[in-house]
Amino acid sequence: MAGKIWVYLDHFKGEVHASTWEAMGAGQMLAKDLESSLSGVIIGSQVNAIAEMAFQYGADQVFMADSPVLEDYRSEPYANVLSQLAKEQSPDIILFPTTTRGRELAAICAVDLNTGVLPDVTALEVENGNILATRPVYAGKVFAKVKCTRSPQILTLRVRSFPKAEADPSKEGKPTSVEVSVNEESIPTKVLGYKQAEGGASLSDANVIVSGGRGVANNPRLTPPDGMDEKEAEIWRAHQGFKMIEGLAEVLGAAVGASRAAVDADYIPYEHQVGQTGKVVTPDLYIACGISGAIQHLAGMRTSKVIVAINKDAEAPIFKLARFGVVGDLYDIIPPLTEALRKRLGK
Amino acid sequence: MKSVVCVKQVPDSAAKVVVENGQATWGDAPLVLNPWDEYAVETALLQQEAHGGDVIVISMGDESSKEALKHALAMGCNEAILISDPAMEGVDSLVTSRVLSAAINKVGEVDMAFFGRQAIDGDVGVTAAQTARFLGWPALTLVSTISELDPDTKVVKVERSIEEGRQIVEGKMPAVISVVKDIGEPRYPSFMGIRKASRAEIPTWTLSDLGIDTPEPAVSWSDLFNPPQREITTEIISGESPEEIAETLAEKIMEEKVL
Repeated sequence: MAGKIWVYLDHFKGEVHASTWEAMGAGQMLAKDLESSLSGVIIGSQVNAIAEMAFQYGADQVFMADSPVLEDYRSEPYANVLSQLAKEQSPDIILFPTTTRGRELAAICAVDLNTGVLPDVTALEVENGNILATRPVYAGKVFAKVKCTRSPQILTLRVRSFPKAEADPSKEGKPTSVEVSVNEESIPTKVLGYKQAEGGASLSDANVIVSGGRGVANNPRLTPPDGMDEKEAEIWRAHQGFKMIEGLAEVLGAAVGASRAAVDADYIPYEHQVGQTGKVVTPDLYIACGISGAIQHLAGMRTSKVIVAINKDAEAPIFKLARFGVVGDLYDIIPPLTEALRKRLGK
Repeated sequence: MKSVVCVKQVPDSAAKVVVENGQATWGDAPLVLNPWDEYAVETALLQQEAHGGDVIVISMGDESSKEALKHALAMGCNEAILISDPAMEGVDSLVTSRVLSAAINKVGEVDMAFFGRQAIDGDVGVTAAQTARFLGWPALTLVSTISELDPDTKVVKVERSIEEGRQIVEGKMPAVISVVKDIGEPRYPSFMGIRKASRAEIPTWTLSDLGIDTPEPAVSWSDLFNPPQREITTEIISGESPEEIAETLAEKIMEEKVL
């Protein structure tokens, strides 16, 4: 074995993040090309189950730092453990999934190991034994090919950009325990708790997204309750519109997205925003309802596999990216579309 | 309390960016203060309103970056510093963070350093965490709410936006915070602020002012290219009634096998 490739196994309190197995898939491909060994690294508390799973997903070895002090992800102790281990073991490549944790940890370990970090990579090639990574810049309006010129090469892989590794249930192994010398007193942060995300799938991980834009507030047939001023009435209409969009999303098991215009107008909270100053998403199906397609929005969803646009304005830029378009009022189309899909999906 | 905000100048988010002769170009679209950084400036100013003290805005870049700094001054920052050096052309995040941490140390007695979550040109999104590491301060990234910040007890309590929801974390100051959009809408520069900013003298620090030798980046950019044109044939679905359109569309979606 010429070199060592590591994959950071990301999880939230013992729940593995799906993109971890995508990173393992990419790791397997690189390990083959570079004739290298593939190891998983997991840091947490009571994470033995994930460590064992990593063998099924192709790891030759799994390093496991398991300690109650590591129960909650905190960048400082996690990076201390990971950087220390990397200094001892000298991997050539460390891959992270681009989750909030993976990106931050990759950044900090790059400082500790005095090397470069290539965040949010969407494609990989091997060139003279080194990785040539493709990453979108300017929110995907442009792509860059980049290299890390020092070792280890640290990369984070964009979620849903690499095929998941195939699990082989016959494979098993015993994780290698890593000694944890971190103590609570030396950590400058304390996790006080969590607030769960609102129901529904998370945008970045979603296979299907149904999004609404300003057009969502334009239902002429709705009469707002008495006593609302103009702005209140508009937001009330928008909320009714997003309820309809949520209904379609529910049938499809989809996440709900929104344009910046809809977020700025207070129709829906910011965490739903898709686009350059929101989330960049790559679902298999993206249904844009009442979204005209400002360049900032298109930058955030243009790599979706199949795009469906429903808009009153036949000239809306969103249609240029759409596989299927309906020129019409979303209030006419979405209710029967929801029913038509419900019927076909047997729900 | 003394705060630093680190900002960058970038092409406007509405710019049509394309690659010409291997370079990213954006026609006559304006360069602006990175939209995420406006939220960082707003955060620093809100903390200043609560606790007093100074807000110093720092940017790395060429002379033109003074415009982004002036925007931050016009919003209400007290001082601005430009870090500019020909040796910094094309540097990576590791160098950027090292330089910013050296600048924060040179400012001295800083209680908080604020960043936007990422710059909308490079979309790297690691500078806040890396700067924190160089400084040896806690990195509180992707913060959506600062629920408590006490310059006396040196404790800051925040909510971080993560995949699973919000993580509530307490950290020791000095600390680095990167903010996301829900922290609060950035204010517009006031008329007085704009007048003040237009007259402001912005000092320039070079690498030697910061005691840094010519930096060697660890990342090399070998190629920039336009995204491959997608071959999309748009099929407009029409029909006699919304129900008919919906049925046809549902059928077409099912045929794509994405559900």
